[in-house]
Amino acid sequence: MINRWAVVVVAGALALAGCSSDLPDDKAPSAGSPSSSGGSPSSDAGKSKFFDQAEYDRQLAFRNATPEGPDGKPWEQMLQPEMVDTAKFAKPGGNYTLCFSNASVDNPWRQVGYKTMQQEVKLHPEIAKFTVLDAEAKDDKQISDIQSLSGQNCSAIIISPNTTATLTPAVEQACKTGVPVIVFDRGVNTDCQATFIHPIGGFAFGADGAEFLKEKVKPGGKVLALRILPGVDVLEQRWAAANEIFAGSGLNVVGVEFTDGDAAKTKGIVTDYIQREGQIDGVWMDAGATAVAAAEAFQDAGVDVPAIVGEDQQDFLRLWADEGLTAVAPTYPTYQWRTPIIAALKILKGEQVPKEWVLPQPRITGDNVKEYVKQDMPPLHYAMCGCEDMPGYPGPWK
Amino acid sequence: MSALEENTVPVTRKVTRPAFHRRLTPVAIVYIALAALLVVGSVLVGLRGEVLLDQAGILNIFTRATALGLVAIGQTMAILTGSLDLSVAYLVGLTSLIAAETMGGRDGMIVPGVLLALVVAAGVGLVNGLVITVLKANAFIATLGVALILRGYLEDTYTGPAGDVPRGFQHLGYDRIGPVPVAALLMLAVAALSWWYLSRTRPGYHMYAVGGDIEVARLSVVPTRRTIVTAHVLCSVAAGLTGIYLASRLGSGAPYVGTDAGYDLESIAAVVLGGTLLAGGRGGVVGTIGGVFILATLDTIFDDLEVDPFFKDVVRGVVLVTAVALYARRMTANRARGRLT
Amino acid sequence: MTWRPRLAEGTAPVLVVLLLLLVGLAIAGPAYDEPSGYLALLKRAAPLMILAIGQYFVIVSGGFDLSVGALVTAGVVIAARLINGSESATAWVILFVLGFGLLVGLVNGLVTTKLLVPSFIVTLGMLLVLDGAIFLWTGGAPRGALSAGFRMFGRGAVDVPVLGAVPWSVLILLAILAAAALFMRGGTGRALVAAGDNEAAVRLSGGRVDRLRLLAFVLSGLLAAVASILLGGFASVSAQVGNGLEFRAITAVVLGGVLLGGGRGSVVAAAAGALSLEALFTLLNLLGVSGALESAVQGVIIIAAVAYAALGSGVRQRLRLWPKQRNPERPAQPASS
Repeated sequence: MINRWAVVVVAGALALAGCSSDLPDDKAPSAGSPSSSGGSPSSDAGKSKFFDQAEYDRQLAFRNATPEGPDGKPWEQMLQPEMVDTAKFAKPGGNYTLCFSNASVDNPWRQVGYKTMQQEVKLHPEIAKFTVLDAEAKDDKQISDIQSLSGQNCSAIIISPNTTATLTPAVEQACKTGVPVIVFDRGVNTDCQATFIHPIGGFAFGADGAEFLKEKVKPGGKVLALRILPGVDVLEQRWAAANEIFAGSGLNVVGVEFTDGDAAKTKGIVTDYIQREGQIDGVWMDAGATAVAAAEAFQDAGVDVPAIVGEDQQDFLRLWADEGLTAVAPTYPTYQWRTPIIAALKILKGEQVPKEWVLPQPRITGDNVKEYVKQDMPPLHYAMCGCEDMPGYPGPWK
Repeated sequence: MSALEENTVPVTRKVTRPAFHRRLTPVAIVYIALAALLVVGSVLVGLRGEVLLDQAGILNIFTRATALGLVAIGQTMAILTGSLDLSVAYLVGLTSLIAAETMGGRDGMIVPGVLLALVVAAGVGLVNGLVITVLKANAFIATLGVALILRGYLEDTYTGPAGDVPRGFQHLGYDRIGPVPVAALLMLAVAALSWWYLSRTRPGYHMYAVGGDIEVARLSVVPTRRTIVTAHVLCSVAAGLTGIYLASRLGSGAPYVGTDAGYDLESIAAVVLGGTLLAGGRGGVVGTIGGVFILATLDTIFDDLEVDPFFKDVVRGVVLVTAVALYARRMTANRARGRLT
Repeated sequence: MTWRPRLAEGTAPVLVVLLLLLVGLAIAGPAYDEPSGYLALLKRAAPLMILAIGQYFVIVSGGFDLSVGALVTAGVVIAARLINGSESATAWVILFVLGFGLLVGLVNGLVTTKLLVPSFIVTLGMLLVLDGAIFLWTGGAPRGALSAGFRMFGRGAVDVPVLGAVPWSVLILLAILAAAALFMRGGTGRALVAAGDNEAAVRLSGGRVDRLRLLAFVLSGLLAAVASILLGGFASVSAQVGNGLEFRAITAVVLGGVLLGGGRGSVVAAAAGALSLEALFTLLNLLGVSGALESAVQGVIIIAAVAYAALGSGVRQRLRLWPKQRNPERPAQPASS
């Protein structure tokens, strides 16, 4: 009824003139998206529905692959690239307008990344203008943002999607304008973009931490898993991988708790578990924002901090180095914010780029943690920013 | 409901005001402010060598006003009745999921999807209304509680976007006539319908009566309970329409599409920005639409000027409080002169 | 009902709920067999209880304060940036943060009382302004670091004779609670409740309603600053430390049987409501209720609590005052703890 009605409106309005639709062509159906099933989460065999064996194997293999590209510049490196020709986008001569639709800047990770990206833009005089629209974490606003960028004279459109499935139509629409579209961080369910840039991914991140615990914690040891919140695909992947590894490890996962990313709540939960279990032998986390709070819960309870998984935030790295913790920090490197700019310029110059640009995803271990500790940087600064050699460092990040 | 009645007791103080504001109703102030904002915005954006109200700019303003407008129309009914609804944000997410999952990519399921989403929304509104009237819980806490229950359900059931909206239905979110999206026209049609309901029908009149003074309304044999329940059902149905619209725009349902956008507090802000008294009994949909367009225009100007997102919040907060302070002064001025508006 | 001569109306139910929760904790968690477990619970609950006490002043006088969550975040972020790890800056920064809370409360109160803007809107505006301004100032994410001296209040403990090591935050909480209870017994406290119950009557009898309301907002701002010092101390710098605290504090106050809209309820019950809420979270956690369902349980419980209080008092009123009482939701006499 409604669709028939919509047709009537369309037909009628066409007669009135001036009617149009911004709905992208239907050549890349968004069906078959990995998350279109919904319903209650299946818990059969204890496996997350986010667990995908093929992708899991692929990501774990990526960790051992040798990246191509310049040494010491991981943001320009690529893993097992399949280069594609971009000649159709070539627009030599410089004076580019790069447009960027950002999901949000509402957390320290995105702040560090965005600042790094802004500095990267300054490195390239051929970029005449850098237009940024911030969606403030609203899908609907990001759709309008992308729509509005599509109407401007952008040389290339860079998109960091707020959500995977829901932004697919908008990205397809941007592709339709004929300028190269570069997607990074989270992906979308289409392959119309010129390149999709991302570090190895959530499975590798989750596995890095879980494997570390498997190695350091004695068999049968008690492991507490702390997650931020359910329903975020990146975080679900991290947990799915860890869950997979714990399942065959002989470790005893005594609890899986959601912290909302709240440090006080995290500390409370860990304190409860220390009291309840008597002893916790390892802590796995799907993101490091509250790792310090978790470690402090042990210190305040007067026990040694057990093997712990964090991330590359300065406050955790400092605590780790100072206290000599047994820890590992898988990273979701913020240097990936440099790559879209580099990729855009490559494409505009007609150079080849990989269709899927997989960046290396290093982890920080006890051997190299001291290299990453930067005493004068803010506590929530991410060490893996690849920004130390940039001209303005450390000004904008401080 | 009495929670929001502070500051509505006539203040016995002498206020001498220039004659200017006294003649203006809040609705007039809202639209004058909107016009002024458009002029100032055009100049500021013009200074950067761009145009605010070009095709893309107009499209942007209307698109941004659509979703918030729908929620705010419903919120207006709740607030006019002396209540408010904090559960709309989660309800928007829930209904977007129900619509998208029911449709499941099939054209034939569009009507059932829309209807089911609206029925569930109406049901949530009914619960809100009954908790307030029968269990006598304060509207703030009742709808906050319902919001928490919806949140728990969403978190427990969904793991991200779900469902699939058929292409036919996506036209609702993307088609436009000239620079004006079809959905924005539909939103304005809903607004017109609500205006008619509130100002031309008996149940609409009852809403003003209940919001103005529930005791007087009760003594005048206004069915107060039924009026409050109706207001909440209509408010939730409006949130349901928002969810359906967003599903057509996103191509699927998304559990946090309403909360990420902060539709609960933002819709309340839009309503009071539009001159409706938070305590109820005075105001209307026309002002609300003005308030919504002010917020949408502000957003578009901010984007054109590439304002820091944190600065936007500061401006929004100041605009909100200033506007309501302006209305309050006007009202006390009128009261001081013994006039009723 | 002669067995509780000194308890204000509406206090008993929350104490019963709290008792049930504490018994539940003792059964569910071995850690709650001994006092230290409860001390840890009290330490964790202290910031929310202090926020609830501040929120109580505003609510009982007929308003809302939605800005406290943003104020807590602002307090922590300001302190971290100003202290920047330097122990010597601790003292004046603590004073500065308290002063900042006071100032925010003052602005909230002045705009509410002088410009006649409903407090819901004023404090919603303040929430937006604080959230924006604080991160505008620090460039999007917290900077600097807190000193050990600053963190001591939220993290450390002090040796008290007989009791042993008692967390600072518990001592601060008890001091504030005692002061608040005393204040509410005094003339100003009673006038505050009366202002929320019947503004016109207080005005007619010469009470200065605006001043009382202003005081309530100032106290709420000040206590939010105290809560931010404790939370920053407990869990260190975080960009989202105050997220959602305003709704939790209001929920706690309502759970304590305080009437939204003002005029009824006791400050001790409000604090007990906050402790109940925290005990509930802990209990749900111990029972292994899925994190996702936790908020649904919370929603059901607050609706049930409010409905119980409203219906319960309605029934009592009808029994006693039928048919004279016109508005059973608002008993005439103010109550305080």
